[in-house]
Amino acid sequence: MRKSNTFLVCVFLLLVGCIATLVDATHRMHLAVSDAESGTALVRQLGLTDLALFTEARYTRHLSQSDLHSAFQDHPVALEHFPSGSLLLPPQRMQ
Amino acid sequence: MMWLFLRKQKHLIDYTLSSLLRRMGKSLGLLAVYTLIVFMLASVTLFTHALRKEAGLMLQASPEIIVQRMQAGRHALIPADYLQRIGRLRGVTQKEGRLWGYYYDPAVKANYTIMTAGQVAAPLTEIIIGTGIARARGLAVGDYLTLRSQNGEAFSFEIAALLDEKSELVSADLLLMSPQVFRRLFNVPEGFYTDLVLSVRNPREVRKVVEKLTLLLPDTRPILREEVLRTYDSVFSWRQGILFVLLTGSILAFVSFAWDKASGLSAEERREIGILKAVGWETADVMRMKFWEGMIISLSAFMIGYLAAYAHVFYASASLFEPVLKGWAVLYPQFRLTPFVDGLQLATLLFFTVLPYIVATIIPIWRTSITDPDAVMR
Repeated sequence: MRKSNTFLVCVFLLLVGCIATLVDATHRMHLAVSDAESGTALVRQLGLTDLALFTEARYTRHLSQSDLHSAFQDHPVALEHFPSGSLLLPPQRMQ
Repeated sequence: MMWLFLRKQKHLIDYTLSSLLRRMGKSLGLLAVYTLIVFMLASVTLFTHALRKEAGLMLQASPEIIVQRMQAGRHALIPADYLQRIGRLRGVTQKEGRLWGYYYDPAVKANYTIMTAGQVAAPLTEIIIGTGIARARGLAVGDYLTLRSQNGEAFSFEIAALLDEKSELVSADLLLMSPQVFRRLFNVPEGFYTDLVLSVRNPREVRKVVEKLTLLLPDTRPILREEVLRTYDSVFSWRQGILFVLLTGSILAFVSFAWDKASGLSAEERREIGILKAVGWETADVMRMKFWEGMIISLSAFMIGYLAAYAHVFYASASLFEPVLKGWAVLYPQFRLTPFVDGLQLATLLFFTVLPYIVATIIPIWRTSITDPDAVMR
């Protein structure tokens, strides 16, 4: 088989893979509607406000409920010491 | 005519592939680094986009207004009579107090978020826990969990149920109990809540209600749902923060690597171009051949990198990011993100990864290929 043919077949297969991700995404988005229902229902029932992504400190667990200067809230000269602090932006009001 | 053009391109691809295979080590090295860069960029883009979308969808159902009482700059308990003081504020359809707090479990060094189960009257000795807690403590329905109260008293609770694992993104560390037990556990006197939740029928009235609230209750801080949503819209913005610093470093390293490779054509490549021109190739043919070289490398790297990133984020739960996101947290939700991918996102990624490479390689080639073959070969 000529090198160009092998290459074109490979590109074609990769392209099919890329298109398949779009199809898969659409399919899973439809399936996710029912999955999201249980999350949304819990958020509605309990009045939840935040994602449980950073559970290490109260101001990283509930980002939207944190104090106005949450990074320095533990005591007057406290520095931000949690790793997630380096991933998160300061609150909108401080930018 | 068209057939002839296609045949010519196929010959050019044949030649380019042979040329790349002659420099196998170099070509594979470049392809690997390029693929890794695309993989990282695509993983971050897909992950943050999907997470933000998911957060936005779920938190749409969070309360319109939360009223916190502030005392000496800190969140303090709010008296229940504030509900009466709010009275019949126009536009407010529902108002209630919430009881919630944090509990540090020294056994697993984890923080739980303890809440009361809304209006549902839960039995005093039963609790419902999130799957994150169940995993960390090795608990199942019917097991017992002991919590120590504010004054050292031990309370044993039977696990009545686990929260649905599909909602783990918001409930991994939740522990639901009855309001009476919550008050005893944390010594919260009757007539006080952690905060108040207000529902407003018309979204356009929210601002007005907040204005009235701050006048009526000056020691409170209202938090709006739109602020909550904004927080999660900007969270993990990869344009800022340490992730960006790390990514910029690697992207710059790749750019200088690609630029160096492309602009400083090796003596061997120069000789190749010289010979091609000497045997009758035109400048346009050399350019086309080099264009194909760029295309073969960048397109392969893009597609392999993107496919690997898609599998990593949506099928392997973005496991490479987990240690970064987990930080010092003991409880971390196991969630499978829904792929919110569209053609535009793919096109943007393609534009920012493939185009710069093609441009960076084609210009120096053009410069070399317009020079005299004799001069090039010398």
